[in-house]
Amino acid sequence: MQRRRLLVELIVMVRVILPLHLRTLAQVDGEVELPVAGEPTQRTILDALEARYPMLRGTVRDYSTQQRRAFLRFFACNEDVSHQSPDEPLPSPVASGIEPFMIVGAIAGG
Amino acid sequence: MSGVRVLVGTRKGAFILTSDVRRQKWDVSGPHFGGWEIYHMKGSPVDPNRIYASQSSSWFGQVIQRSSDGGQTWEPVGNQFAYQGDPGTHQWYDGTPHPWEFKRVWHLEPSLTDADEVYAGVEDAAIFRSRDGGQSWQELPGLRACQGPKWQPGAGGMCLHTILLDPQNPLRIFIAISAAGAFRTDDGGQTWRPINQGLRSEYIPDPNAEIGHCVHRIALHPSRPEVLFMQKHWDVMRSDNAGDLWREVSGNLPSDFGFPIDVHAHEPETIYVVPIKSDSEHYPPEGKLRVYRSRTGGDDWEALTNGLPQQDCYVNVLRDAMAVDRCDPCGVYFGTTGGQVYASPDGGDNWSAIVRDLPAVTSVEVQTL
Repeated sequence: MQRRRLLVELIVMVRVILPLHLRTLAQVDGEVELPVAGEPTQRTILDALEARYPMLRGTVRDYSTQQRRAFLRFFACNEDVSHQSPDEPLPSPVASGIEPFMIVGAIAGG
Repeated sequence: MSGVRVLVGTRKGAFILTSDVRRQKWDVSGPHFGGWEIYHMKGSPVDPNRIYASQSSSWFGQVIQRSSDGGQTWEPVGNQFAYQGDPGTHQWYDGTPHPWEFKRVWHLEPSLTDADEVYAGVEDAAIFRSRDGGQSWQELPGLRACQGPKWQPGAGGMCLHTILLDPQNPLRIFIAISAAGAFRTDDGGQTWRPINQGLRSEYIPDPNAEIGHCVHRIALHPSRPEVLFMQKHWDVMRSDNAGDLWREVSGNLPSDFGFPIDVHAHEPETIYVVPIKSDSEHYPPEGKLRVYRSRTGGDDWEALTNGLPQQDCYVNVLRDAMAVDRCDPCGVYFGTTGGQVYASPDGGDNWSAIVRDLPAVTSVEVQTL
């Protein structure tokens, strides 16, 4: 019973805002809510995103390197966290679902 | 035959044009996947409602879409293209080693016998195959064993852009790579060999090299798959022995630079090209958009101009942007970087734009339904 309660407590709901073309690809409107196991980081959020929406695999992170695609940026609490370690804990407002984790496409012509 | 469906890939989405067999009135559906580059779409010869599309973007990478209802609805399928083993390096533009990196799918070629089997030609150059309707992809790495470390990109990238399946020999496949050349397998893709003898490219250090030629497109007629036609960077070529030896058939073309080449559906010696002025001026000579037709398998060419702009036209026609239907008479279709898709319902004698003002057209395929 004690173990089961611990597992439940480790799941948190985070909010993610996707760029338009990925919302279209995933067939979602607006932001998405995702259950994240453990402390929310870029990696755990993206793992949860890809598990829920398999069609997004390879579109945010490169398949082979797992690196963020060059024309995408990650924001948390209006801070650009793109160059932080993917395993660094995100700010508590994002981790608690108050603020969204934002995946933003670069403003580029074409 | 009930009609014709034209699959148009553009820089900003896919469009599907449909008509009855008279090919006079066209319905336009799209954009599908608006905002994404659609390098290629092609339907299965076994099940015409099964269509595969290559969707990509600089932001989000590669997606493969599949339709099972003729393009009305789509579902994303597998998009992981992992080279088998350590792919090592190829040559970069300056001759230095450069790691092999997957960038995008240029061409999708559905199997002639199985709607769930499809080949993908990718950049950096390799061929992949899916046997589960595009859900998963496996490389045929024997191709890169053909001196892959010596391959070098063309200006558009090191792309495998042409895949021809031999309708009479299921073990034989032809492919072409810019700028490595043409290759053939006779064992279903396990081993490959260069088929570039007879090509001469003055712009590479050894003009007669076994590899390194910038082949833009090859084509064959299903009734005679041993006869191949090639539009090279410069030169239009022909082989009568499955690529073992090529000879030039540029003849009286105003320019033998160009990208697409295709074969009439019912006349194996009737071929089409679109001459382009040069490799640095990607537009037609004299501002006149002309398709050239040879009824003799090359050498003797006639300009087809009726209905095509004959002044102030400076569009390009990309390598995968020409196709033919199987109606009688044979229809010929091509798309331009200016966004027009031209069609001729009579083998090239008369042309009209069946849609114009699309984004730049990257590919045109035709299904005869």
